[in-house]
Amino acid sequence: MAKAFGIVTSSPQHKVEGMQDYRPIGAFSFLGRFRVIDFPISNLSNSGINNIQVYITKKPRSLVAHIGTGRHYNINSKRGNIQIIVPNDEMVNPIYNTNINAFFSNIDYIRNQSREYVVIAPSCMIFTQDYDDLLQQHAKSGADVTLLYHKVFNAKEGFTTCNTLTLDGDKVTAITPNLGDEDNKDMFMESFILKKDLLLDLMQAAHETSSVYTLANIVNAKCGELDVRGVEHHGFFAPITDLATYYKANMDLIDFDEAASLFTEDWPIYTRTSDSCPTQFYDEAEVKNSLVANGGEIRGSIEDSIIGRNVTIGKGAVIKGCIVMAHAEIGENVVLQNQIVDKYAKIVHENKILAEPGQPGYIKRSDIL
Amino acid sequence: MKQTEMLAMILAGGRGSRLHDLTNKVAKPAVAYGGKYRIVDFPLSNCANSGIDVVGVLTQYESVLLNSYVAKGGLWGLDTKDSGVFVLTPREKADSGLEVFRGTADAITQNIDFIDSYDPEYLLILSGDHIYKMNYDKMLDTHKEKGALATIAVMPVPIEEAPRFGIMITDDEDNIIDFEEKPAHPRSNLASMGIYIFDWKRLRELLVADKDDEASEHDFGKNIIPTMRESGDKMVAFKFEGYWKDVGTIDSLWEANMDLLDENCELNLDDPTWKIYTEDASGLLALPAYIGPNADVERAYITQGSHINGKVKNSVIFTGATVGKDAQIIDSVLMPGVNVGEGAVVTRTLIADNIKIAAGAVVGSADSKEILLQAQDV
Repeated sequence: MAKAFGIVTSSPQHKVEGMQDYRPIGAFSFLGRFRVIDFPISNLSNSGINNIQVYITKKPRSLVAHIGTGRHYNINSKRGNIQIIVPNDEMVNPIYNTNINAFFSNIDYIRNQSREYVVIAPSCMIFTQDYDDLLQQHAKSGADVTLLYHKVFNAKEGFTTCNTLTLDGDKVTAITPNLGDEDNKDMFMESFILKKDLLLDLMQAAHETSSVYTLANIVNAKCGELDVRGVEHHGFFAPITDLATYYKANMDLIDFDEAASLFTEDWPIYTRTSDSCPTQFYDEAEVKNSLVANGGEIRGSIEDSIIGRNVTIGKGAVIKGCIVMAHAEIGENVVLQNQIVDKYAKIVHENKILAEPGQPGYIKRSDIL
Repeated sequence: MKQTEMLAMILAGGRGSRLHDLTNKVAKPAVAYGGKYRIVDFPLSNCANSGIDVVGVLTQYESVLLNSYVAKGGLWGLDTKDSGVFVLTPREKADSGLEVFRGTADAITQNIDFIDSYDPEYLLILSGDHIYKMNYDKMLDTHKEKGALATIAVMPVPIEEAPRFGIMITDDEDNIIDFEEKPAHPRSNLASMGIYIFDWKRLRELLVADKDDEASEHDFGKNIIPTMRESGDKMVAFKFEGYWKDVGTIDSLWEANMDLLDENCELNLDDPTWKIYTEDASGLLALPAYIGPNADVERAYITQGSHINGKVKNSVIFTGATVGKDAQIIDSVLMPGVNVGEGAVVTRTLIADNIKIAAGAVVGSADSKEILLQAQDV
């Protein structure tokens, strides 16, 4: 049992056009049957962290339904708990939607936690991490704050809403927005380890400096006086910060070896089951290099795509490079290329919708085309 | 409804010896079926969907896996304050020592104390190894409307198949007036499905009387029902129409899997109002089915956690099964965790859980009369 409680934050600076109108990034469907938030919660749960607070800024319905009691995340219902916090202050301006303000709305529950440390993880990034290892490393190093980062080599093109770390050895000297000036960057993974009391102090200090400060802002401001260290993360890392990164993170995992490195027996990623039956592939089906979730009826051709639960694909349909979410219906002879089809959408009239892989198209939830 | 109106008891003690090596280490109700299920998921899900809260599962033969599986009542939503799935195995008692279940009725007799603790009005007796979807609540409605002491679910079967079953003979109002066990010349085509609702008070009397009857085989079909008929107890047939299968043999288990490939299969596992619940796999097995770049999938029933990179035709692929490049799976069933190596050819075969088929191996043949059970690595 880890000496920490967990906090899963929402990251309002990332905007995913279209999809986010219906749910926060954490609730996005991932790889046909998971949701993005399954990663941080499973990471915490697998690390022996049994008390978890999940902060949601907007449109909480789907996440509340998905997380529920947290039992499917292996959270003991007696000794552990998962708490969903929707800060109830109606913000006059979205700039006030900071994690610090969210924590303040729940300060009593943070104060009352009996555990000495807190692990803060983002709800919008796909990676696995043993936080118990990190906690032990943190305690041993004597650092005040430990931050997780990932070395990336394409920071010019992406990660536009992410922060980067400036490191001197393993000491963090600054946390700054990624300006896209260089390709090689130490990308901050929005994961913090620190003592609960220090978190409370930093919240207070942030508040005294600026009402719109985030935790990263105040840690950056305190880099001089605090011992802030960076720990490099290895393995699959995909922040979901816009539609293109969401698309790419899914597509990259169609590669089985890549997926096998993320989904391992000793580090299960839990999700809520929908109890769908297996998928029926009919005589006319032709499927290659794709992931197909349960409950589907497949009569068309599918290539390089991810097909969610209970999807129907008609005869003669050609789906290439697409993410088709749960309960969508693709009619006969419809041709889709590089599209993200949201839940319950029906494409039955329009017979050709094409886009480039770098700029995937988006078809809205429940729309009929 | 705070009192438990009807309690269900699932008879799951049989070995299913005609399933050969498939049931060497697992009891028949725990055998995998339909890609992601175990057979016992059907009666348990039916209970949950019918609003039955308390289910006793009577196990005996090789029951380690079965006991630990059904004990997870939450899988079927049977884990609220008032509900639960309880594993009942033979146990030592103060007055009689340790005795195995001597028959289907004796299994219930030995658990009268368990049933009494819920004080139910009705007792539902089910078999743990049948594949079907049934609303037991409707059956209970019939039982109450007719004022029966016993209601037996029956299914019309083609008359030429009737000699394989226990056959019920009814009058115009569905009263059971007679029955015959596997008759050579059947007088009716209504086969008993081994599903009974009894008035608990009446059944309790009968079980207590049967307990010390040395001539009795302590069996519902052979002893309890005949005694009820002789006593003039009102017994009613509840007609079921739909998919029902007792998968007693490898051929019938294979066939029941193949039925799922039929678009018009009567067993609809895709009905959101009557889901069949089962254990959800984790790790890599939690991923959707991976259909690789070299796959060729044609008429197949495939579940999550499988990895297909060869040809699959007219086959059912279970959780965690892997089909290598250039391998061919034709008219076959791959149970959970089966691994078929590159270039291997599998035809008309049911491959048991976790079996490995080496690259290039050839298993089964297209013109075999019976389905091959492959229960050893090749």
